[in-house]
Amino acid sequence: MQARADQEPLTSKKRRTGLTLATRESLWAYTFLFVPLLFFLVLRIWPAFQSFYLSLFTWHVDPAKREFLGLGYYQEMLSDPKLRRALLNTLLYTAIIVPAQLALGLGIALLLQAIGAFKSLFRAIYFAPYVTPAAAVAWVWGWMYSVNFGVINNFLIEWSIFWEERGLPWLVIDPQPFLSSPSQALVAVAVIVIWQNLGFQVVIFLAGLQGISRIFYDAAKIDGANSWNLFRYVTLPLLNPVMVFSIIISTIASLQLFDQVVNVNFTDQGGPLNSTLTIALYMYQEAFARFRLGYAAAVTVLLFFLILMVTLIQLRFFSRRVEY
Amino acid sequence: MAIQTSTQAQTQVGTAQRNSRRHFRPRFSTILAYVLLTLGSLVMVFPFLWMLVSSFKDIREILDLNFFPKNFTLANYREVLFNTDFPRWFLNSLIVAVATTTSVLFFCSLVGYTLTRLRFPGRQVVFILILSTLMVPTEMLVIPWFVMSSQLGWVNTFWGIAFPGLIPAFGVFLMRQFFETLPKDVFDAARVDGMNEFGLFWHIGLPLVRPALAALGIIAFIGNWNAFLWPLIISKSADMRTIPVGIALFSGEAGTAWNLIMATNALAIIPILIVFFVFQKQIIEGVVLTGTKG
Repeated sequence: MQARADQEPLTSKKRRTGLTLATRESLWAYTFLFVPLLFFLVLRIWPAFQSFYLSLFTWHVDPAKREFLGLGYYQEMLSDPKLRRALLNTLLYTAIIVPAQLALGLGIALLLQAIGAFKSLFRAIYFAPYVTPAAAVAWVWGWMYSVNFGVINNFLIEWSIFWEERGLPWLVIDPQPFLSSPSQALVAVAVIVIWQNLGFQVVIFLAGLQGISRIFYDAAKIDGANSWNLFRYVTLPLLNPVMVFSIIISTIASLQLFDQVVNVNFTDQGGPLNSTLTIALYMYQEAFARFRLGYAAAVTVLLFFLILMVTLIQLRFFSRRVEY
Repeated sequence: MAIQTSTQAQTQVGTAQRNSRRHFRPRFSTILAYVLLTLGSLVMVFPFLWMLVSSFKDIREILDLNFFPKNFTLANYREVLFNTDFPRWFLNSLIVAVATTTSVLFFCSLVGYTLTRLRFPGRQVVFILILSTLMVPTEMLVIPWFVMSSQLGWVNTFWGIAFPGLIPAFGVFLMRQFFETLPKDVFDAARVDGMNEFGLFWHIGLPLVRPALAALGIIAFIGNWNAFLWPLIISKSADMRTIPVGIALFSGEAGTAWNLIMATNALAIIPILIVFFVFQKQIIEGVVLTGTKG
């Protein structure tokens, strides 16, 4: 934001109003900003502080009957096994989703760069799931994962029969429990999220790759670099800012996981045995099913600091400047 | 960062395409790329296809798991469209998405314009204030929003569903970036002609940032159309649900009637896919520019 150096031209009309130009301009500015400022202050900034405040009290509809707990809920969080589980799950989701999306997103973007025809068609196909409602998509996947009536297990059975008949039993894969197994459910949900958000990564990386000037590649080739060298020493370092951006966006999204988790197992949200529970879902359950709004507010404060911390760490470690 | 990337990308798309042709890779690797991309595409498309073909099967056939329906039927769609509140949810989503998108376009560009084209005390403070709201996740706001909405009677109203999406901070930044690139001579000329500041914004500024408005508008529309957490909290009666909330609760009650569930979800997913294929360019541009879907 740079201040404009030159002055406004004086017109006769402006002189007639009797206000100085600067005052007039400020008046216009604050007239324009009145509604948006009200919006940001009342509906964005104040509620954020309100969350801290609410987390210090037990909840009651009547403010006079709220009991001051201080940091009581924060102490409770330390010894709440369900919260610990939600936190661990959320970090696990992030640890699976972020690297998978980074690798697949970059891989597909590189493949797209290597082809000529149908490039934009492929890009559209990979991107399409990203614009669809996560709540709806999760139902489709939930059924595909169904143990007895799911298309994935059905495929595994037919695949196994096919190879068994041809005398290759080591290719047989047994049907899997997926969402009904506490050890597989989280990965199964992560797969849905990766499938849905992959297109975003592809598009971001594609834009990044197209932004790399071919001068760098030409120079490296003159020095005798092969295609692996080109990728390792030209593409990757120059793509660093895009990678930081992509990692931060997908980390923050993973920490806030909610829509898919709720809808993929609607009758036992977060189950089986809390194995898919996330912080956002736990907050929702505490606030709107058990009406412990104070405790839920404390959980959101934790989420806030988690996201803030992750963002700061990633910015610090990944955004080293590359000089060439 | 994304903004820089994409403007670079725009100027270099042409060069990149020429490069890939001049740089003759071995034929094998190109074929391999096509094969891998096609296999990946199958994974991307299959859930949609499976949903679609299943939505045309009747309840007796749904668990056979054949790909094509033997007895093609539209009964599931008839059921969902005439015997549930689906049309109402569609209307609600439309009202919310159109109202928020209109507000997003007007206010984000107005603030973007003010922050770049007008000089006033506190400009930096206002900017930082708006910037800071990006750090706060929605989850942290829904509880105070709900408390506030209960006190003010906003629960189960259109205003209640829509208000969080009215002026997104990312939209303000996008518009600010675009207004910053405009030459100031145009504005000065119109100012000399006696146009007031709102006229300058409305008649000179807005037409010049039309591409950004298209991208922002479509992103805001999709984001609000797909929103789940807050509409789930704030809508109480069946007739005030938006599509994602309506279909989730309906599917939850439908048990194992997967034919109905697939038809319902197809009705939620297909329209937005059509919108995507029509406005593909603006949507992808908007996503690259803002790093969000709204």
